[in-house]
Amino acid sequence: MKDNNRRGFMGKAFGAVAGVGAIGSLVAMKKTWDPLPSVKAAGFTTLDMSIYKENELVVEKWRGKPIFVLKKTAGMIEKQTEKQKSRDIIINGEHYMICIGLCTHLGCIPAYNAAEQGFLCACHGGQFDWSGNVTKVPPPRGFDIPPFKIDGNKLVLGEAGPEYTKMKETGVTL
Amino acid sequence: MAHFTKATSVKDWLNQRLAIEKVEKVMGSEYWIPKNINFLWAMGMVLVITFALLLVSGIFLLMYYQPNVATAFDSVNYTIMREVDFGWLWRHIHGVAASVVFLIIYIHMFTGIYYGSYKKGREMIWISGMLLFVAFSAEAFSGYMLPWGQMSYWAGMVITNLFSGGSLHADGLVEWIRGDYVPAQAFLTRFFMLHVLLIPIAIMGLIGLHFAALRIPHVNNQDGEEIDFPAEAKKYLDGDKAGSKVIRFANDFMSKDMFVVGIYLVFFFYLVFYNYGFAMDPVNFDPANGLKTPSHIYPEWYFLWSYEILRPFSIDIGLMAFGFAQVIFMLLPFLDRSPNTVAANRRGLFKVWFWLMLSNMIVLTSMGKLPPAGIFSDIGFYSAILFIVMWIALPIITSLEKKV
Repeated sequence: MKDNNRRGFMGKAFGAVAGVGAIGSLVAMKKTWDPLPSVKAAGFTTLDMSIYKENELVVEKWRGKPIFVLKKTAGMIEKQTEKQKSRDIIINGEHYMICIGLCTHLGCIPAYNAAEQGFLCACHGGQFDWSGNVTKVPPPRGFDIPPFKIDGNKLVLGEAGPEYTKMKETGVTL
Repeated sequence: MAHFTKATSVKDWLNQRLAIEKVEKVMGSEYWIPKNINFLWAMGMVLVITFALLLVSGIFLLMYYQPNVATAFDSVNYTIMREVDFGWLWRHIHGVAASVVFLIIYIHMFTGIYYGSYKKGREMIWISGMLLFVAFSAEAFSGYMLPWGQMSYWAGMVITNLFSGGSLHADGLVEWIRGDYVPAQAFLTRFFMLHVLLIPIAIMGLIGLHFAALRIPHVNNQDGEEIDFPAEAKKYLDGDKAGSKVIRFANDFMSKDMFVVGIYLVFFFYLVFYNYGFAMDPVNFDPANGLKTPSHIYPEWYFLWSYEILRPFSIDIGLMAFGFAQVIFMLLPFLDRSPNTVAANRRGLFKVWFWLMLSNMIVLTSMGKLPPAGIFSDIGFYSAILFIVMWIALPIITSLEKKV
Protein backbone atom coordinates (compact mmCIF):
# COMPACT_ATOMS: atom_id res chain seq x y z
CA MET A 1 0.00 0.00 0.00
CA LYS A 2 2.77 2.32 0.98
CA ASP A 3 4.61 1.37 -2.22
CA ASN A 4 1.48 1.94 -4.30
CA ASN A 5 1.16 5.45 -2.92
CA ARG A 6 4.72 6.17 -3.87
CA ARG A 7 4.15 4.77 -7.37
CA GLY A 8 1.00 6.81 -7.73
CA PHE A 9 2.85 9.93 -6.68
CA MET A 10 5.66 9.21 -9.14
CA GLY A 11 3.09 8.72 -11.90
CA LYS A 12 1.36 12.00 -11.13
CA ALA A 13 4.67 13.86 -10.83
CA PHE A 14 5.80 12.44 -14.19
CA GLY A 15 2.47 13.35 -15.75
CA ALA A 16 2.69 16.91 -14.43
CA VAL A 17 6.22 17.44 -15.72
CA ALA A 18 5.37 15.93 -19.11
CA GLY A 19 2.18 18.03 -19.29
CA VAL A 20 4.03 21.27 -18.59
CA GLY A 21 6.62 20.31 -21.21
CA ALA A 22 3.95 19.46 -23.77
CA ILE A 23 2.03 22.70 -23.25
CA GLY A 24 5.28 24.70 -23.33
CA SER A 25 6.33 23.16 -26.63
CA LEU A 26 2.89 23.73 -28.16
CA VAL A 27 3.07 27.41 -27.20
CA ALA A 28 6.54 27.69 -28.74
CA MET A 29 5.39 25.93 -31.92
CA LYS A 30 2.31 28.15 -32.23
CA LYS A 31 4.34 31.31 -31.71
CA THR A 32 6.98 30.21 -34.22
CA TRP A 33 4.26 30.11 -36.87
CA ASP A 34 3.02 33.64 -36.04
CA PRO A 35 3.68 36.44 -38.55
CA LEU A 36 7.08 38.00 -37.84
CA PRO A 37 7.32 41.47 -36.25
CA SER A 38 8.87 42.80 -39.47
CA VAL A 39 5.83 41.54 -41.36
CA LYS A 40 3.37 43.00 -38.85
CA ALA A 41 5.12 46.35 -38.80
CA ALA A 42 4.91 46.65 -42.58
CA GLY A 43 3.69 50.17 -42.00
CA PHE A 44 1.40 52.61 -43.65
CA THR A 45 0.71 53.61 -47.22
CA THR A 46 -0.05 57.23 -48.09
CA LEU A 47 -2.02 58.00 -51.25
CA ASP A 48 -2.02 61.36 -53.03
CA MET A 49 -5.67 61.71 -54.07
CA SER A 50 -5.10 64.31 -56.80
CA ILE A 51 -3.97 61.77 -59.41
CA TYR A 52 -7.16 59.73 -59.87
CA LYS A 53 -9.53 60.02 -62.84
CA GLU A 54 -13.28 59.44 -62.74
CA ASN A 55 -14.56 55.86 -63.30
CA GLU A 56 -11.02 54.57 -63.78
CA LEU A 57 -10.00 51.88 -61.31
CA VAL A 58 -6.50 52.19 -59.86
CA VAL A 59 -4.99 49.37 -57.81
CA GLU A 60 -2.68 50.46 -55.00
CA LYS A 61 -0.85 48.17 -52.58
CA TRP A 62 -1.08 48.03 -48.79
CA ARG A 63 0.37 45.22 -46.66
CA GLY A 64 0.75 43.09 -49.77
CA LYS A 65 -2.93 43.44 -50.56
CA PRO A 66 -4.42 45.26 -53.54
CA ILE A 67 -6.37 48.43 -52.69
CA PHE A 68 -9.06 49.55 -55.14
CA VAL A 69 -9.38 53.31 -55.63
CA LEU A 70 -12.28 54.45 -57.82
CA LYS A 71 -13.15 58.11 -58.20
CA LYS A 72 -16.92 58.34 -58.63
CA THR A 73 -18.56 60.18 -61.52
CA ALA A 74 -21.22 62.83 -61.00
CA GLY A 75 -23.80 60.34 -62.28
CA MET A 76 -22.81 57.80 -59.67
CA ILE A 77 -22.93 60.33 -56.84
CA GLU A 78 -26.38 61.47 -57.94
CA LYS A 79 -27.98 58.03 -57.97
CA GLN A 80 -26.35 56.72 -54.80
CA THR A 81 -28.66 54.77 -52.51
CA GLU A 82 -28.30 55.03 -48.71
CA LYS A 83 -26.40 51.74 -48.65
CA GLN A 84 -24.00 52.91 -51.33
CA LYS A 85 -23.63 56.31 -49.68
CA SER A 86 -22.60 54.74 -46.37
CA ARG A 87 -19.44 53.42 -48.05
CA ASP A 88 -18.64 56.73 -49.71
CA ILE A 89 -15.29 58.30 -48.78
CA ILE A 90 -15.20 62.06 -49.36
CA ILE A 91 -11.80 63.71 -49.65
CA ASN A 92 -11.56 67.39 -50.56
CA GLY A 93 -15.12 67.37 -51.89
CA GLU A 94 -14.47 64.43 -54.23
CA HIS A 95 -16.21 61.06 -53.76
CA TYR A 96 -14.27 57.80 -53.81
CA MET A 97 -14.71 54.09 -53.38
CA ILE A 98 -11.64 52.84 -51.53
CA CYS A 99 -11.47 49.23 -50.40
CA ILE A 100 -9.40 46.08 -50.18
CA GLY A 101 -9.55 44.61 -53.67
CA LEU A 102 -10.06 41.03 -52.60
CA CYS A 103 -13.30 39.16 -53.09
CA THR A 104 -14.82 38.56 -49.64
CA HIS A 105 -15.58 34.99 -50.69
CA LEU A 106 -12.10 33.48 -50.95
CA GLY A 107 -9.77 36.36 -51.75
CA CYS A 108 -9.40 36.53 -55.52
CA ILE A 109 -9.04 39.96 -57.16
CA PRO A 110 -12.21 40.88 -59.08
CA ALA A 111 -11.87 42.78 -62.35
CA TYR A 112 -13.57 46.17 -62.99
CA ASN A 113 -15.64 46.70 -66.10
CA ALA A 114 -15.80 50.48 -66.57
CA ALA A 115 -18.60 50.27 -69.16
CA GLU A 116 -20.86 48.26 -66.86
CA GLN A 117 -19.54 50.03 -63.76
CA GLY A 118 -19.23 46.78 -61.83
CA PHE A 119 -16.77 44.14 -60.62
CA LEU A 120 -16.72 40.46 -61.55
CA CYS A 121 -14.72 37.85 -59.65
CA ALA A 122 -13.56 35.15 -62.06
CA CYS A 123 -12.97 32.54 -59.39
CA HIS A 124 -16.49 31.79 -58.27
CA GLY A 125 -18.59 34.30 -60.22
CA GLY A 126 -19.25 36.89 -57.47
CA GLN A 127 -20.23 40.42 -58.55
CA PHE A 128 -19.98 43.87 -56.93
CA ASP A 129 -21.27 47.30 -57.96
CA TRP A 130 -19.17 50.49 -58.26
CA SER A 131 -19.67 51.30 -54.57
CA GLY A 132 -18.27 47.92 -53.48
CA ASN A 133 -21.57 46.28 -52.51
CA VAL A 134 -22.33 42.69 -53.52
CA THR A 135 -24.74 42.21 -56.40
CA LYS A 136 -24.30 38.44 -56.87
CA VAL A 137 -23.28 35.69 -54.38
CA PRO A 138 -21.16 33.77 -53.25
CA PRO A 139 -19.34 36.75 -51.61
CA PRO A 140 -21.01 37.25 -48.21
CA ARG A 141 -20.48 41.04 -47.99
CA GLY A 142 -19.18 44.05 -49.87
CA PHE A 143 -15.47 44.75 -50.20
CA ASP A 144 -13.76 45.37 -46.87
CA ILE A 145 -12.54 48.92 -46.27
CA PRO A 146 -9.00 49.22 -44.90
CA PRO A 147 -8.35 51.46 -41.86
CA PHE A 148 -7.88 54.96 -43.31
CA LYS A 149 -7.34 58.52 -42.14
CA ILE A 150 -8.04 61.58 -44.27
CA ASP A 151 -5.27 64.15 -44.15
CA GLY A 152 -6.05 67.13 -46.41
CA ASN A 153 -5.80 65.80 -49.97
CA LYS A 154 -3.94 62.72 -48.77
CA LEU A 155 -5.17 59.38 -47.49
CA VAL A 156 -3.19 57.30 -44.97
CA LEU A 157 -3.92 53.57 -45.04
CA GLY A 158 -3.31 51.55 -41.86
CA GLU A 159 -4.37 54.30 -39.47
CA ALA A 160 -7.97 54.56 -38.25
CA GLY A 161 -9.43 58.06 -38.61
CA PRO A 162 -12.89 59.17 -37.36
CA GLU A 163 -14.61 58.41 -40.70
CA TYR A 164 -13.27 54.84 -40.66
CA THR A 165 -14.17 54.31 -37.00
CA LYS A 166 -17.73 55.37 -37.78
CA MET A 167 -17.97 52.91 -40.68
CA LYS A 168 -16.68 50.12 -38.46
CA GLU A 169 -19.10 50.95 -35.67
CA THR A 170 -22.10 51.08 -37.98
CA GLY A 171 -21.08 47.76 -39.52
CA VAL A 172 -20.42 49.13 -43.01
CA THR A 173 -17.11 47.25 -42.96
CA LEU A 174 -15.61 44.59 -40.73
CA MET B 1 21.64 -12.94 -23.73
CA ALA B 2 20.54 -15.37 -26.40
CA HIS B 3 22.81 -18.23 -27.41
CA PHE B 4 24.70 -17.79 -30.68
CA THR B 5 26.62 -20.51 -32.56
CA LYS B 6 29.32 -20.22 -35.18
CA ALA B 7 27.57 -19.31 -38.41
CA THR B 8 27.61 -21.79 -41.30
CA SER B 9 26.81 -19.13 -43.92
CA VAL B 10 26.12 -15.43 -44.27
CA LYS B 11 22.42 -16.25 -44.31
CA ASP B 12 22.74 -18.27 -41.11
CA TRP B 13 24.73 -15.44 -39.52
CA LEU B 14 21.95 -12.95 -40.34
CA ASN B 15 19.27 -15.47 -39.39
CA GLN B 16 20.66 -15.83 -35.88
CA ARG B 17 20.65 -12.07 -35.40
CA LEU B 18 17.66 -10.84 -37.44
CA ALA B 19 15.51 -13.95 -38.04
CA ILE B 20 15.39 -13.07 -41.73
CA GLU B 21 13.77 -16.38 -42.73
CA LYS B 22 10.95 -15.83 -40.29
CA VAL B 23 10.50 -12.24 -41.48
CA GLU B 24 10.41 -13.39 -45.11
CA LYS B 25 7.67 -15.92 -44.26
CA VAL B 26 5.55 -13.47 -42.30
CA MET B 27 5.83 -10.70 -44.85
CA GLY B 28 5.88 -12.70 -48.08
CA SER B 29 5.82 -16.40 -48.67
CA GLU B 30 3.31 -17.21 -45.92
CA TYR B 31 1.20 -14.09 -46.21
CA TRP B 32 -1.88 -15.43 -47.95
CA ILE B 33 -3.87 -13.82 -50.76
CA PRO B 34 -7.20 -15.21 -52.06
CA LYS B 35 -7.20 -16.57 -55.61
CA ASN B 36 -10.64 -15.16 -56.40
CA ILE B 37 -9.55 -11.60 -57.25
CA ASN B 38 -8.89 -9.56 -60.39
CA PHE B 39 -6.50 -6.91 -61.68
CA LEU B 40 -8.16 -4.22 -59.55
CA TRP B 41 -6.48 -5.83 -56.52
CA ALA B 42 -3.12 -4.73 -57.95
CA MET B 43 -3.85 -1.01 -57.45
CA GLY B 44 -2.20 -1.05 -54.02
CA MET B 45 1.09 -2.14 -55.56
CA VAL B 46 0.63 0.38 -58.38
CA LEU B 47 0.28 3.06 -55.70
CA VAL B 48 3.40 1.86 -53.86
CA ILE B 49 5.40 2.07 -57.09
CA THR B 50 3.97 5.53 -57.90
CA PHE B 51 4.87 6.74 -54.42
CA ALA B 52 8.41 5.41 -54.92
CA LEU B 53 8.61 7.35 -58.22
CA LEU B 54 7.46 10.51 -56.44
CA LEU B 55 10.03 10.00 -53.70
CA VAL B 56 12.97 9.40 -56.04
CA SER B 57 12.11 12.21 -58.47
CA GLY B 58 11.46 14.48 -55.48
CA ILE B 59 14.92 13.80 -54.05
CA PHE B 60 16.53 14.94 -57.31
CA LEU B 61 14.32 18.05 -57.56
CA LEU B 62 15.16 18.92 -53.96
CA MET B 63 18.83 19.29 -54.85
CA TYR B 64 18.19 22.33 -57.08
CA TYR B 65 14.90 23.79 -55.86
CA GLN B 66 15.20 27.04 -53.84
CA PRO B 67 12.34 27.86 -51.42
CA ASN B 68 12.65 31.63 -51.79
CA VAL B 69 10.00 33.90 -53.30
CA ALA B 70 12.62 35.66 -55.40
CA THR B 71 14.30 32.54 -56.81
CA ALA B 72 11.79 29.67 -56.55
CA PHE B 73 10.21 30.23 -59.96
CA ASP B 74 13.52 30.37 -61.81
CA SER B 75 15.04 27.49 -59.86
CA VAL B 76 12.23 25.33 -61.27
CA ASN B 77 11.65 26.79 -64.71
CA TYR B 78 15.20 27.72 -65.56
CA THR B 79 17.67 25.76 -63.42
CA ILE B 80 15.86 22.42 -63.23
CA MET B 81 14.19 22.56 -66.65
CA ARG B 82 17.07 23.94 -68.71
CA GLU B 83 20.38 23.70 -66.91
CA VAL B 84 20.29 20.45 -64.98
CA ASP B 85 20.90 17.42 -67.20
CA PHE B 86 17.70 15.35 -67.16
CA GLY B 87 16.16 17.88 -64.75
CA TRP B 88 13.08 17.92 -67.00
CA LEU B 89 12.75 14.16 -66.49
CA TRP B 90 12.49 14.43 -62.71
CA ARG B 91 10.05 17.29 -62.92
CA HIS B 92 7.82 15.58 -65.46
CA ILE B 93 7.89 12.31 -63.49
CA HIS B 94 7.03 14.23 -60.32
CA GLY B 95 4.24 16.25 -61.94
CA VAL B 96 2.70 13.36 -63.87
CA ALA B 97 2.94 10.99 -60.88
CA ALA B 98 1.31 13.57 -58.60
CA SER B 99 -1.66 13.67 -60.94
CA VAL B 100 -1.85 9.98 -61.84
CA VAL B 101 -1.51 8.89 -58.21
CA PHE B 102 -4.96 10.40 -57.58
CA LEU B 103 -6.45 8.55 -60.56
CA ILE B 104 -5.20 5.28 -59.06
CA ILE B 105 -6.36 6.30 -55.56
CA TYR B 106 -9.87 6.91 -56.91
CA ILE B 107 -9.85 3.53 -58.73
CA HIS B 108 -8.57 1.88 -55.52
CA MET B 109 -11.32 3.60 -53.47
CA PHE B 110 -14.17 2.77 -55.80
CA THR B 111 -12.95 -0.84 -56.07
CA GLY B 112 -13.19 -1.00 -52.28
CA ILE B 113 -16.69 0.51 -52.33
CA TYR B 114 -17.89 -1.81 -55.10
CA TYR B 115 -16.72 -5.02 -53.40
CA GLY B 116 -17.62 -3.94 -49.84
CA SER B 117 -13.98 -4.12 -48.74
CA TYR B 118 -14.61 -1.69 -45.88
CA LYS B 119 -16.91 -4.00 -43.91
CA LYS B 120 -16.73 -6.76 -41.31
CA GLY B 121 -13.37 -6.14 -39.70
CA ARG B 122 -11.95 -4.17 -42.63
CA GLU B 123 -13.07 -0.78 -41.27
CA MET B 124 -9.54 0.24 -40.25
CA ILE B 125 -8.25 -0.51 -43.76
CA TRP B 126 -10.83 1.93 -45.12
CA ILE B 127 -10.21 4.59 -42.46
CA SER B 128 -6.41 4.45 -42.75
CA GLY B 129 -6.87 4.60 -46.53
CA MET B 130 -9.00 7.73 -46.25
CA LEU B 131 -6.42 9.27 -43.93
CA LEU B 132 -3.87 8.55 -46.66
CA PHE B 133 -6.15 10.32 -49.13
CA VAL B 134 -6.19 13.38 -46.84
CA ALA B 135 -2.40 13.26 -46.44
CA PHE B 136 -1.90 12.91 -50.22
CA SER B 137 -4.24 15.87 -50.78
CA ALA B 138 -2.20 18.00 -48.36
CA GLU B 139 0.99 16.80 -50.05
CA ALA B 140 -0.37 17.69 -53.49
CA PHE B 141 -1.49 21.14 -52.34
CA SER B 142 1.77 22.00 -50.57
CA GLY B 143 3.78 20.81 -53.58
CA TYR B 144 1.64 22.94 -55.89
CA MET B 145 2.84 26.05 -54.01
CA LEU B 146 6.51 25.42 -54.67
CA PRO B 147 7.04 26.61 -58.29
CA TRP B 148 5.59 29.97 -57.08
CA GLY B 149 3.72 30.69 -60.28
CA GLN B 150 0.36 32.43 -60.60
CA MET B 151 -1.65 29.25 -59.94
CA SER B 152 0.54 28.43 -56.93
CA TYR B 153 0.00 31.86 -55.42
CA TRP B 154 -3.73 32.10 -56.03
CA ALA B 155 -4.46 28.50 -55.05
CA GLY B 156 -2.54 29.27 -51.84
CA MET B 157 -4.61 32.40 -51.32
CA VAL B 158 -7.97 30.68 -51.90
CA ILE B 159 -7.28 27.47 -49.97
CA THR B 160 -5.85 29.21 -46.90
CA ASN B 161 -8.85 31.57 -46.95
CA LEU B 162 -11.09 28.52 -46.47
CA PHE B 163 -9.78 28.44 -42.90
CA SER B 164 -11.39 31.79 -42.10
CA GLY B 165 -14.60 29.72 -41.78
CA GLY B 166 -16.86 32.09 -43.71
CA SER B 167 -18.84 34.27 -41.32
CA LEU B 168 -16.60 33.26 -38.42
CA HIS B 169 -13.98 35.64 -39.89
CA ALA B 170 -11.08 33.75 -38.34
CA ASP B 171 -8.66 36.01 -40.22
CA GLY B 172 -6.15 35.59 -37.40
CA LEU B 173 -6.06 31.86 -38.10
CA VAL B 174 -5.52 32.47 -41.81
CA GLU B 175 -2.69 34.90 -41.09
CA TRP B 176 -1.22 32.40 -38.63
CA ILE B 177 -1.24 29.66 -41.27
CA ARG B 178 0.37 32.00 -43.79
CA GLY B 179 2.71 33.75 -41.41
CA ASP B 180 1.77 36.95 -43.26
CA TYR B 181 -1.28 38.89 -44.45
CA VAL B 182 -0.87 37.33 -47.89
CA PRO B 183 1.08 34.30 -49.13
CA ALA B 184 4.74 35.41 -49.02
CA GLN B 185 8.16 34.18 -47.90
CA ALA B 186 7.05 32.68 -44.56
CA PHE B 187 4.23 30.89 -46.37
CA LEU B 188 6.48 29.43 -49.07
CA THR B 189 9.14 28.18 -46.64
CA ARG B 190 6.67 26.50 -44.31
CA PHE B 191 4.81 24.78 -47.13
CA PHE B 192 8.17 23.66 -48.48
CA MET B 193 8.91 22.09 -45.08
CA LEU B 194 5.47 20.41 -45.01
CA HIS B 195 5.92 19.08 -48.54
CA VAL B 196 9.39 17.60 -48.16
CA LEU B 197 9.37 16.50 -44.52
CA LEU B 198 6.33 16.48 -42.27
CA ILE B 199 3.66 15.23 -44.68
CA PRO B 200 5.91 12.57 -46.30
CA ILE B 201 6.69 11.24 -42.82
CA ALA B 202 2.97 11.15 -42.04
CA ILE B 203 2.29 9.37 -45.37
CA MET B 204 4.91 6.72 -44.66
CA GLY B 205 3.50 6.15 -41.19
CA LEU B 206 -0.02 5.86 -42.60
CA ILE B 207 1.13 3.41 -45.29
CA GLY B 208 2.49 1.27 -42.44
CA LEU B 209 -0.85 1.49 -40.64
CA HIS B 210 -2.76 0.72 -43.87
CA PHE B 211 -0.71 -2.47 -44.39
CA ALA B 212 -0.95 -3.45 -40.73
CA ALA B 213 -4.75 -3.06 -40.91
CA LEU B 214 -4.76 -5.73 -43.65
CA ARG B 215 -2.98 -8.43 -41.62
CA ILE B 216 -5.88 -9.66 -39.49
CA PRO B 217 -8.94 -9.37 -41.81
CA HIS B 218 -6.82 -10.15 -44.92
CA VAL B 219 -7.55 -8.99 -48.45
CA ASN B 220 -11.19 -9.18 -49.58
CA ASN B 221 -12.18 -11.22 -52.67
CA GLN B 222 -14.61 -10.82 -55.58
CA ASP B 223 -17.49 -12.55 -53.77
CA GLY B 224 -16.83 -11.17 -50.30
CA GLU B 225 -16.44 -14.81 -49.20
CA GLU B 226 -15.24 -15.30 -45.62
CA ILE B 227 -12.15 -17.49 -46.07
CA ASP B 228 -10.65 -19.57 -43.22
CA PHE B 229 -7.10 -18.44 -43.95
CA PRO B 230 -5.19 -20.80 -41.57
CA ALA B 231 -7.10 -23.84 -42.94
CA GLU B 232 -6.60 -22.83 -46.59
CA ALA B 233 -2.93 -22.04 -45.93
CA LYS B 234 -2.46 -25.51 -44.39
CA LYS B 235 -4.11 -27.11 -47.43
CA TYR B 236 -1.70 -25.17 -49.67
CA LEU B 237 1.39 -26.09 -47.64
CA ASP B 238 0.29 -29.74 -47.53
CA GLY B 239 0.53 -29.83 -51.30
CA ASP B 240 -3.10 -29.23 -52.42
CA LYS B 241 -2.26 -26.01 -54.22
CA ALA B 242 -5.11 -26.38 -56.72
CA GLY B 243 -7.73 -27.05 -54.04
CA SER B 244 -6.64 -24.24 -51.74
CA LYS B 245 -8.43 -20.90 -52.05
CA VAL B 246 -5.23 -18.94 -51.36
CA ILE B 247 -1.78 -18.38 -52.81
CA ARG B 248 1.44 -16.96 -51.39
CA PHE B 249 1.88 -13.17 -51.50
CA ALA B 250 5.51 -13.56 -52.61
CA ASN B 251 6.49 -14.51 -55.16
CA ASP B 252 3.23 -15.84 -56.59
CA PHE B 253 0.77 -12.99 -56.17
CA MET B 254 3.56 -10.40 -56.43
CA SER B 255 4.41 -11.60 -59.92
CA LYS B 256 0.80 -10.92 -61.00
CA ASP B 257 0.92 -7.57 -59.21
CA MET B 258 4.10 -6.66 -61.00
CA PHE B 259 2.61 -7.65 -64.35
CA VAL B 260 -0.13 -5.03 -63.81
CA VAL B 261 2.51 -2.58 -62.61
CA GLY B 262 4.45 -3.24 -65.82
CA ILE B 263 1.46 -2.33 -68.01
CA TYR B 264 0.81 0.71 -65.81
CA LEU B 265 4.39 1.92 -66.15
CA VAL B 266 4.23 1.75 -69.96
CA PHE B 267 1.18 4.04 -69.77
CA PHE B 268 2.87 6.20 -67.10
CA PHE B 269 6.07 6.79 -69.06
CA TYR B 270 4.09 7.40 -72.23
CA LEU B 271 2.55 10.34 -70.31
CA VAL B 272 5.91 11.46 -68.91
CA PHE B 273 7.60 11.55 -72.31
CA TYR B 274 4.83 12.47 -74.73
CA ASN B 275 1.86 13.85 -72.86
CA TYR B 276 2.95 15.59 -69.68
CA GLY B 277 1.10 18.84 -70.53
CA PHE B 278 -2.03 17.94 -68.53
CA ALA B 279 0.03 18.02 -65.32
CA MET B 280 1.64 21.40 -66.08
CA ASP B 281 -0.89 24.22 -65.98
CA PRO B 282 0.10 26.95 -68.49
CA VAL B 283 -1.00 29.69 -66.06
CA ASN B 284 1.62 28.49 -63.58
CA PHE B 285 4.35 29.45 -66.05
CA ASP B 286 3.70 33.10 -65.11
CA PRO B 287 5.52 34.11 -61.91
CA ALA B 288 3.35 34.77 -58.84
CA ASN B 289 1.77 38.24 -58.81
CA GLY B 290 -0.23 39.28 -55.76
CA LEU B 291 -1.89 42.13 -57.61
CA LYS B 292 -3.36 40.15 -60.49
CA THR B 293 -5.72 37.18 -60.23
CA PRO B 294 -5.69 34.93 -63.31
CA SER B 295 -8.97 35.25 -65.21
CA HIS B 296 -10.09 31.68 -64.47
CA ILE B 297 -8.89 29.74 -61.43
CA TYR B 298 -9.55 26.04 -60.98
CA PRO B 299 -7.78 23.38 -58.94
CA GLU B 300 -6.10 20.30 -60.37
CA TRP B 301 -8.60 17.75 -61.74
CA TYR B 302 -8.55 15.54 -58.64
CA PHE B 303 -9.94 18.30 -56.40
CA LEU B 304 -12.59 19.49 -58.86
CA TRP B 305 -15.50 17.43 -57.48
CA SER B 306 -15.15 18.82 -53.96
CA TYR B 307 -14.47 22.31 -55.35
CA GLU B 308 -17.74 22.10 -57.28
CA ILE B 309 -19.54 21.25 -54.03
CA LEU B 310 -18.14 24.46 -52.49
CA ARG B 311 -18.75 26.79 -55.41
CA PRO B 312 -22.48 27.05 -56.13
CA PHE B 313 -23.52 28.05 -52.60
CA SER B 314 -23.14 31.20 -50.53
CA ILE B 315 -19.99 31.03 -48.46
CA ASP B 316 -21.23 29.52 -45.18
CA ILE B 317 -23.43 26.86 -46.78
CA GLY B 318 -20.67 26.22 -49.32
CA LEU B 319 -18.10 25.65 -46.58
CA MET B 320 -20.47 23.32 -44.72
CA ALA B 321 -21.15 21.31 -47.89
CA PHE B 322 -17.41 21.21 -48.60
CA GLY B 323 -16.62 20.06 -45.06
CA PHE B 324 -19.32 17.40 -45.38
CA ALA B 325 -17.79 16.14 -48.65
CA GLN B 326 -14.33 15.96 -47.04
CA VAL B 327 -15.30 13.76 -44.09
CA ILE B 328 -18.25 11.74 -45.36
CA PHE B 329 -16.22 9.09 -47.22
CA MET B 330 -14.38 8.37 -43.98
CA LEU B 331 -17.68 7.32 -42.36
CA LEU B 332 -18.69 4.90 -45.13
CA PRO B 333 -18.23 1.70 -43.03
CA PHE B 334 -20.71 3.05 -40.48
CA LEU B 335 -23.22 4.54 -42.93
CA ASP B 336 -23.55 1.25 -44.82
CA ARG B 337 -26.02 -0.63 -42.60
CA SER B 338 -26.34 -3.72 -44.79
CA PRO B 339 -25.14 -7.12 -43.49
CA ASN B 340 -23.88 -8.09 -46.97
CA THR B 341 -20.22 -8.04 -47.88
CA VAL B 342 -20.63 -8.76 -51.57
CA ALA B 343 -20.08 -6.97 -54.87
CA ALA B 344 -22.44 -4.07 -55.51
CA ASN B 345 -24.11 -5.78 -58.49
CA ARG B 346 -25.73 -8.27 -56.05
CA ARG B 347 -26.94 -5.61 -53.64
CA GLY B 348 -30.10 -4.17 -55.22
CA LEU B 349 -30.45 -0.45 -54.52
CA PHE B 350 -26.82 -0.14 -53.49
CA LYS B 351 -25.86 -1.08 -57.05
CA VAL B 352 -27.81 1.98 -58.26
CA TRP B 353 -26.27 4.10 -55.50
CA PHE B 354 -22.74 3.04 -56.47
CA TRP B 355 -23.03 3.83 -60.17
CA LEU B 356 -24.97 7.04 -59.53
CA MET B 357 -22.32 8.21 -57.04
CA LEU B 358 -19.51 7.43 -59.48
CA SER B 359 -21.30 9.23 -62.36
CA ASN B 360 -22.21 12.17 -60.16
CA MET B 361 -18.58 12.62 -59.12
CA ILE B 362 -17.55 12.59 -62.78
CA VAL B 363 -20.22 15.25 -63.52
CA LEU B 364 -19.07 17.36 -60.55
CA THR B 365 -15.48 17.04 -61.78
CA SER B 366 -16.41 18.23 -65.29
CA MET B 367 -18.52 21.14 -64.02
CA GLY B 368 -15.75 22.22 -61.63
CA LYS B 369 -13.45 22.77 -64.60
CA LEU B 370 -15.90 25.05 -66.42
CA PRO B 371 -16.44 28.76 -65.68
CA PRO B 372 -19.27 29.25 -63.15
CA ALA B 373 -21.94 30.55 -65.52
CA GLY B 374 -25.25 29.62 -67.14
CA ILE B 375 -26.32 26.01 -67.51
CA PHE B 376 -23.06 24.61 -66.09
CA SER B 377 -23.59 26.57 -62.90
CA ASP B 378 -27.07 24.96 -62.56
CA ILE B 379 -25.85 21.43 -63.33
CA GLY B 380 -23.10 21.88 -60.74
CA PHE B 381 -25.61 23.10 -58.16
CA TYR B 382 -27.98 20.15 -58.61
CA SER B 383 -25.13 17.63 -58.70
CA ALA B 384 -23.81 19.03 -55.41
CA ILE B 385 -27.28 18.69 -53.86
CA LEU B 386 -27.53 15.14 -55.23
CA PHE B 387 -24.16 14.24 -53.70
CA ILE B 388 -25.31 15.29 -50.23
CA VAL B 389 -28.76 13.70 -50.57
CA MET B 390 -27.22 10.39 -51.67
CA TRP B 391 -25.01 10.20 -48.59
CA ILE B 392 -27.97 10.95 -46.34
CA ALA B 393 -29.95 8.24 -48.16
CA LEU B 394 -27.19 5.62 -47.86
CA PRO B 395 -28.03 4.36 -44.32
CA ILE B 396 -31.71 4.09 -45.30
CA ILE B 397 -31.29 2.18 -48.56
CA THR B 398 -28.68 -0.14 -47.05
CA SER B 399 -30.82 -1.02 -44.02
CA LEU B 400 -33.65 -1.98 -46.39
CA GLU B 401 -31.31 -4.39 -48.15
CA LYS B 402 -32.14 -8.11 -47.88
CA LYS B 403 -29.53 -10.57 -46.68
CA VAL B 404 -27.96 -12.23 -49.73
